[in-house]
Amino acid sequence: MDNKLEIIVEALQKDFGLSFEEFRGEAHVFARPEQIVDVITSLRDVHGFELLSALTAVDYWPGQEPRFHVIYQLTSIAKNLSIQVRVPVAAIRPSVPTVTGVFACADWREREIWDMFGIRFDGHPDLRRILMPADWEGHPLRKDYPLGYEEPQFTFNFEEIDLRKPYAKE
Amino acid sequence: MAQLQEVSVDDLKHLVSNRAIEGETMLLNMGPQHPATHGVLRLLLELDGEIVINCIPDIGFLHTGVEKNMEAKTYQKAEVMTDRLDYMNTVGNNLAYCMAVEKLVDLDVPPRAQALRVILTELQRIASHLVWIGTHALDLAAMSMFMYSFREREQILDILELVSGQRMMTTYIRPGGVWRDVPVEFEGAVRDFIKIFPKRIDEYEALLTKNPFLLDRLLGIGVLTKETALSYGVTGPILRASGVDWDLRKARPYTGYEQYDFIVPVRTEGDNYARYLVRVQEMRESLKIVEQALNNLPMGPVRSDNRKFVPPPRSEIGTSMEALIHHFKLWTEGFDAPKASIYSAVESPRGELGVFLEGDGGPKPYRIHMRTPSFENVGVLPELAKGHLVADLIAIIGSIDFVLGDIDR
Repeated sequence: MDNKLEIIVEALQKDFGLSFEEFRGEAHVFARPEQIVDVITSLRDVHGFELLSALTAVDYWPGQEPRFHVIYQLTSIAKNLSIQVRVPVAAIRPSVPTVTGVFACADWREREIWDMFGIRFDGHPDLRRILMPADWEGHPLRKDYPLGYEEPQFTFNFEEIDLRKPYAKE
Repeated sequence: MAQLQEVSVDDLKHLVSNRAIEGETMLLNMGPQHPATHGVLRLLLELDGEIVINCIPDIGFLHTGVEKNMEAKTYQKAEVMTDRLDYMNTVGNNLAYCMAVEKLVDLDVPPRAQALRVILTELQRIASHLVWIGTHALDLAAMSMFMYSFREREQILDILELVSGQRMMTTYIRPGGVWRDVPVEFEGAVRDFIKIFPKRIDEYEALLTKNPFLLDRLLGIGVLTKETALSYGVTGPILRASGVDWDLRKARPYTGYEQYDFIVPVRTEGDNYARYLVRVQEMRESLKIVEQALNNLPMGPVRSDNRKFVPPPRSEIGTSMEALIHHFKLWTEGFDAPKASIYSAVESPRGELGVFLEGDGGPKPYRIHMRTPSFENVGVLPELAKGHLVADLIAIIGSIDFVLGDIDR
């Protein structure tokens, strides 16, 4: 891992008591949900990470507790460094404070995570679905959400499958 | 509350001003089927006369669940889905995905494959910018530009067809190298392109760069400051047109970009015209990279010989038992990746194309997230559009150069 990144990780460990992992030169630090706004603000203002490159989530159902990780990937243009902050979130009523006040691009990315994983972002100004239709049920990227498919129709089972197919009402 | 003919805007009340609720300003639906939005993007506009007061993008019409689908496929099979994201930059998407897989499983790539990757992604970058310059000029009523730029793009697509058999959805770059070596005609075809293209850019510039009609629509319109751009996570030519010198090819050289001599064009104005100039200059720089890579194209294998991840060549399967086993295992089960996560990013024509990839020890990605640049670049559209005419909004959309497949995934 880069020396400059090591100093930043040490400072984060001292200020917030965060744990930390390393894989292939990437630094992954773990924060608690209530800390995240402070951690991101500190990374932006003190350590110079001016770009929130990616904001996404992972669902570890059913194997792991806490169920979700929300992932913040930050980039420092001035120092040419990257750091990843992971926030474990529990399965029941999952929620994380929003970072839209720190990075404006978090607005759409948090809406995407709400849409796909059903993780709420407290204080988000406009938490609506973004990619799926507004009346969609469920959150598709959760691991307990089945991947849909269409049954292939052949001559012998055409009518049987046709009966089950949803068609728009007149 | 104002009412669109078909759509109730009740649930968007908090996004428009009070004047719209009183019916003083007009709400206008632009898209999803609108030629100037370059795809199925819907914009809900609040207009005071012809001035845009609020612009609310509505995306997701092209959502195909790429990330969910990739989780159900092995690492090799999931790659074909990356082509369908940003369909103007298919080779670049393959590169981003393969680099992520290679980083996750720690796989080496031979030098010849790296040089071929550079040549093809840079040609694709030129092709993408050619589509942009053609459609952008078409939106601004310069009809002939579209024909010229598509003529040159056709030549690049022919090169892609030559090496991969496909014009757009190539899947030519594979984890550990490229699909197969290029045919003998490849060098001649690229040399032909290198020979004619600088003159063609000069022609485009003669048509557009100082054209007063175009300057009227571009100069000083849609100014994006450095601070706003960074806060909205904007990357690529748009960020560089706002005065931030950030290009992953220079900052974090991958696939051997450190060997090539090129400059990263940066402008400080941040308006439509600066974005235009940056992209035109980028085409020239990409051509320089292609020429250098072609001149120094090393000989040797085009795929890694790590048989645990890369299938053996066809010739070996007939003679070696072990090769047959590897071939069988790789195409039925796939290869296993460690239980860990990585983030790897490349510079696509639109900005930082990042791949967050997490393995679970098995042959399928546990979670894959494509950080697509257009998503962030369109997020800044409401900021850019405010206070401009509707006609200027068309110019701003054109200068952002987004691809809906890249946004909706």
